Amino acid sequence: MEYIKQPWPWYIAGPLIGLVVPALLLLGNKTFGISSSLRHICAACIPANINFFKYDWKKESWNLFFALGIILGGFIATDLLSVPGNVHINPATANLLRQQGVKDFTGLLPKDIFSFTQLFTLRGFVFIVVGGFLVGFGTRYAGGCTSGHAIMGISSLQWPSLVATCCFMIGGFIMTWLILPFLLQL
Amino acid sequence: MKNIKHLVVGLLFGIILVKSEVISWFRIQEMFRLQAFHMYGVIGSAILVAMISILLIKRFQIKTIDRQTVVIPDKTFHWGNVYGGLIFGLGWAITGACPGPLFAQIGSGFMVITVTLLSAVAGTWFYGLIKEKLPH
Repeated sequence: MEYIKQPWPWYIAGPLIGLVVPALLLLGNKTFGISSSLRHICAACIPANINFFKYDWKKESWNLFFALGIILGGFIATDLLSVPGNVHINPATANLLRQQGVKDFTGLLPKDIFSFTQLFTLRGFVFIVVGGFLVGFGTRYAGGCTSGHAIMGISSLQWPSLVATCCFMIGGFIMTWLILPFLLQL
Repeated sequence: MKNIKHLVVGLLFGIILVKSEVISWFRIQEMFRLQAFHMYGVIGSAILVAMISILLIKRFQIKTIDRQTVVIPDKTFHWGNVYGGLIFGLGWAITGACPGPLFAQIGSGFMVITVTLLSAVAGTWFYGLIKEKLPH
């Protein structure tokens, strides 16, 4: 139990995540992917007569149950299977982020950026709202996210997914190296 | 109910996301700065295990629990893979989370991320609204 409560190394977590793919295939012929759930939420709640949201989302409702499961899993892992503590990132990254204006390193996310009090500051708005919008818009435009393209797509040898994954990384590098230092100073 | 099994798989997936710190904004910063192997190890080994699993399913024609043939739809390339991929990458480095981790962060107690999730839903909705006008 003590071992479970420590953070899991990549060579345990990665293969376990990989097994989600055959689990979903064999349990119900479902292909692993999470960003579709955002589309189903739109189709269910705010279709607004847009063609893209005119389909039978109830047939895809497994994806919403999957997403709900992730929320519950996040709760269980944090409240029952963890000991509180810093994320042990590379000290070089921590130093760099400190220089760029991040102050809180006590949790999974820096609370001096991601909190309700920060939401109404320019920096908080950019990180919480604008960032989320780009994630939702970009994944749907790309036809998938890290799960649907990088893991499901590449592992089933689909080259468009490899292209998309490379573009995810390029976008991330551009943001991290060229733009983020300025956003952190807002 | 037949969707309970998908909820259980999601639950296990959520636990792994938290326990491996994949949902940490700091881990994503470290990854994009090329200062740690952790995230590359997680994603790379996940792809490898998934790939071997799919090869085995196809090689031995393993059926689903309902005795159906496993079908994986082909993805066809469109330029959205590139433009959308770049836009998602920009957002990923800001939020430090892709859609799966957003759900897990909310479960972890970061209630403010519900705002990020709602904004992601809004982004998806906006894509649906202007889809016809975008290059694909």
